[in-house]
Amino acid sequence: MKPGSKLKSAVCDTEVMVIRCGEGTIECGGAPMGDAKPETPDTLSPDHSGGTLMGKRYVDANGTFELLCVKPGKGSLAVSGVALSIKDAKPLPASD
Amino acid sequence: MNIALFLEMAADAAPDRIGLVCDGKRWSYAELLAGARGAAKLIRESGCEHVALLDESSEAAVMALFGAALAGVPYVPLNYRLADADLSALLARITPAVIIGDTERVKRLCPSEANRVLSRSAFVTAAIASGTAAPTEGDEGEGIAIQLFTSGTTAAPKAAILRHANLVSYILGTVEFASAPEEDAALVSVPPYHIAGIAALLSSIYAQRRILMLPAFDPAAWLDLAAAERASNAFVVPTMLSRIIEAMDKRAAPDVSSLRSVAYGGGKMPLELIHRALDLFPETGFTNAYGLTETSSTIALLGPDEHRAAHASDDEAVRARLASVGKPLPTVEIEIRDEDGKPLPPGERGEIYVRGEQVSGEYKERSALDADGWFPTRDAGWIDEEGYLFLSGRADDVIVRGGENISPGEIEDVLLTHPAIADVAAVAIPSLEWGEAVGITIVVREGHGQPAEAELKELVRARLRSSRVPEKILFADTLPYNEMGKLLRREIKKLFAG
Repeated sequence: MKPGSKLKSAVCDTEVMVIRCGEGTIECGGAPMGDAKPETPDTLSPDHSGGTLMGKRYVDANGTFELLCVKPGKGSLAVSGVALSIKDAKPLPASD
Repeated sequence: MNIALFLEMAADAAPDRIGLVCDGKRWSYAELLAGARGAAKLIRESGCEHVALLDESSEAAVMALFGAALAGVPYVPLNYRLADADLSALLARITPAVIIGDTERVKRLCPSEANRVLSRSAFVTAAIASGTAAPTEGDEGEGIAIQLFTSGTTAAPKAAILRHANLVSYILGTVEFASAPEEDAALVSVPPYHIAGIAALLSSIYAQRRILMLPAFDPAAWLDLAAAERASNAFVVPTMLSRIIEAMDKRAAPDVSSLRSVAYGGGKMPLELIHRALDLFPETGFTNAYGLTETSSTIALLGPDEHRAAHASDDEAVRARLASVGKPLPTVEIEIRDEDGKPLPPGERGEIYVRGEQVSGEYKERSALDADGWFPTRDAGWIDEEGYLFLSGRADDVIVRGGENISPGEIEDVLLTHPAIADVAAVAIPSLEWGEAVGITIVVREGHGQPAEAELKELVRARLRSSRVPEKILFADTLPYNEMGKLLRREIKKLFAG
């Protein structure tokens, strides 16, 4: 896994682009994400079912991981069991 | 990551929403993506190494930009205003290429059989016809997305390179996906070969803000399109703004009250003009954007609130901020350094250095980044105590008089306070005694007499110091600017030689 990789959820429709990453397993809905969707989806863990939002960036507390959601789904994102949060960006005025 | 992802996301989220209006035709995000995918197939099959556009803005620019990205081939929009000799040199540098636009001119200037030359309509038709091809994985973002030839105001054009990673970082750092309300529309009138023209496409598509393309800028056409399509946003260079205001003064302008946000950049904004614009558009937010080709567009911004505060203030320091390009984006660092590369404190003039993921600082031949990733912009400037960045011309324009560095900007700023001076440029002129000395060319304001040389010299001596006093003063009807509003100092130097 490296920046620029696309990962798919094993439990829902979520797809992310990896912007930044470090050591750890990227998960969605409680299951590791992969290059391809499994033939039969895993079950969505109720603890990781907050859902993902299209176009939002998700980060860990250290800023080691950053994922861009390019397809939303029902699972929520985590790295090695620790939930990621939406990156808060101060809106900038349109400049071009 | 590939910049084509931005169009794919827009088409995924809202396939039928209109993404582009050009020459009365409306294109949905799905249609634009189909065209880009078809273009990618055509580009791959050609085996060419570049995709060039020699044309005004149109849907072809969008399809070529994203098509080239999907095919992993650099997109090279060319300046169609260049003289034949200059253009033919650039065409030779990008052969073999898919070249879209003025087929007659391309074939005349570059008869090579290696190029695949298509008119705009032939390209768009072919792209749409092959657009059913299954999406394929393109460049992953290590590669070059765009190659832009710099305007070469001082030397032969350099081939500046922007990688997918630079542009992706710029867009993700400045634009929130799908953040534009459906009624929003951005009027794009900068040419496609300018970084602002490319950034406008990327930003608008990622924000899902409908693009209103004005292929050839004309103030009346700009006002009419803004009114007819209820434009909410626009980007202009200062010359465009000046001509729009002139047109509004001459005739009853159509209703452009929909304009919520006007961004400007690309050249020095005359203070008088921005004050005038703030009065004429009282409800509009103005943003000054400073950036370079090599930095993937904007690196510093002066926002709408800062404009209004400066415009309304009686405090000199706050008012002066209207001449500033604002503060760095949160995602970039900016420093002012002296000639030895040592950082300078606030208030001191030096060269502007910038660092960040959006900064490429790279040319085809070499990278200009230093070991720590800082890019020397060759722009001169300073930062005030509050962190506002001010520009004072190109570092190459510095006048070296007897070993002392003089920035043309400081002399010009002082002279512009004279009521009879409408425009002024300071340049280095040869001096036997000092090596270089200050020469100034002045445009006298309409209705004023020509000020006496002694008076102008005294003004500079009193406000600056004696080394800044011009040795030679010329008067001219206008100063030479290029079509993007960049002052052509080498042309002014010729006036002194003549």
